[in-house]
Amino acid sequence: MTDWPGYIGLILQGALVTVELTIMGSALAVVVAFAAGLGRVSRFMAVRALATAYIEFFRGTSIFVQLFWAYFVLPFAGITLTPLQTGVLALGLNVGAYGAEVVRGAVKAIGREQREACIALNLTRGQAMRHVILPQALSLMLPTFGNNAIELLKGTAVVSLISLTDMTFQAQVVRAQTGNTLIPFATILVLYFLMALAISWGMRWLERRVTRGLDGVRT
Amino acid sequence: MAAPIIRIDSITKRYGPLTVLDGLSMEVLPGEKLALIGPSGSGKTTILRILMTLETISGGHIEVDGEQLYHMPRNGGLVPADERYLHRMREKIGMVFQHFNLFPHKCVLDNVTLAPMLTKGVAKAEAEKRAMELLDMVGMADKAKSMPAQLSGGQKQRVAIARALALSPKIMLFDEVTSALDPELVEEVLNVMRKLAAETDMTMLLVTHEMGFAHDFADRVLFFDRGKIVEEGKPDDIFRHPRQERTQTFLRKILAAGHRL
Ligand SMILES: Nc1ncnc2c1ncn2[C@@H]1O[C@H](COP(=O)(O)OP(=O)(O)OP(=O)(O)O)[C@@H](O)[C@H]1O
Ligand SMILES: [Mg+2]
Repeated sequence: MTDWPGYIGLILQGALVTVELTIMGSALAVVVAFAAGLGRVSRFMAVRALATAYIEFFRGTSIFVQLFWAYFVLPFAGITLTPLQTGVLALGLNVGAYGAEVVRGAVKAIGREQREACIALNLTRGQAMRHVILPQALSLMLPTFGNNAIELLKGTAVVSLISLTDMTFQAQVVRAQTGNTLIPFATILVLYFLMALAISWGMRWLERRVTRGLDGVRT
Repeated sequence: MAAPIIRIDSITKRYGPLTVLDGLSMEVLPGEKLALIGPSGSGKTTILRILMTLETISGGHIEVDGEQLYHMPRNGGLVPADERYLHRMREKIGMVFQHFNLFPHKCVLDNVTLAPMLTKGVAKAEAEKRAMELLDMVGMADKAKSMPAQLSGGQKQRVAIARALALSPKIMLFDEVTSALDPELVEEVLNVMRKLAAETDMTMLLVTHEMGFAHDFADRVLFFDRGKIVEEGKPDDIFRHPRQERTQTFLRKILAAGHRL
């Protein structure tokens, strides 16, 4: 007789790790997306070059390789991270590189007229960015950010490769121990789907909040 | 006679191979109401944009209120102005745009208070009090909490005027502020500008295709063609007795197109 409640409990523990990874990875991704995205439109050449290098590197190599580097190669440089830290770092930097292009695109999409109004009102570049450009750009970024967060959620499965006990890892454990494939994988299928759904809803709620009373900005 | 508040000294403006302004010089006296008229593409907008430092100039000098606009003194000579210098010079100048350029994510009141609070450190309560006075002047006080998307074009433009006035610039630039409006909304904006002209001693430069309004509003009218001032004078002289053939042709065309004088 198989102890299914116990095995499902194991998968739920894994789900917690997946949620943790997704939330912390997304938080890091947002921070680096803004840093690199704004860096891409900086008026300083060096900053632009740095941001571009970061984005191209992380978009051009796979999350797989990045994760292995962070986990197995960084220790040689004297940096040892826990598996969770490694996972968050790799996921955050990887998805952040995609997010950076979203930030840049949205900032660019807020047109010349808004920028010129800021100059005519004598705002500094920083003030214009903070009070006029970014609040409007945010409503353009949110839908794509939602997609990125879901991509990140799906990406969390690769961390099982560095022995992090996320949902996929636990499903494999259950499968190995019970010999049953259907139940553990059907369970995580549903759980991944529910998590993605939660992200979609959350983002849509955020979007509605941000765009309240604001017609004609999204074209 | 007072010293000019704006002194444009043989400026040149090029866009690539296209020379839009070629050695243009002109002066504006403090408090003067100036109308800039002329055919499309003659460089009227370009002049206002240059004064607002939205463009760069390819040559020449501009002095505003006794100081260089695009150059700052250093080591006894002049060097191109840096951002901080421009920031200080922009305090003297405000601009109202053809397409209003209101901030769509801020309510009317916040549109007006944003710049005074950020650039002059005015406290919120004081900024709002002043903003309400200005909104009252343009007849928009009852819409203070509305979002720009809820307003008509004429209302948006009146808010944009209040927003520019909130910084109390010495010079105001108006670029075809009624030409994006439905005809029935033009008058409400022009009325605000008439009031402004009557009640303040601000220097105003106005680019317009509303010849009737230019006639009543301006102390002096400049007729531009291909980046040059072809003719200038008192409104009556320019509109009733233009001397240059190009001015006559332009006015005839405009009147034929149904504009009133
Ligand atoms: N950013 C730009 N790049 C290239 N050419 C430009 C640019 N801005 C303006 N021009 C050109 O400069 C010339 C003068 O333009 P400007 O907008 O000053 O004319 P205007 O007198 O305001 O005309 P209108 O009555 O149509 O508004 C035009 O030939 C225009 O095509
Ligand atoms: Mg123009």
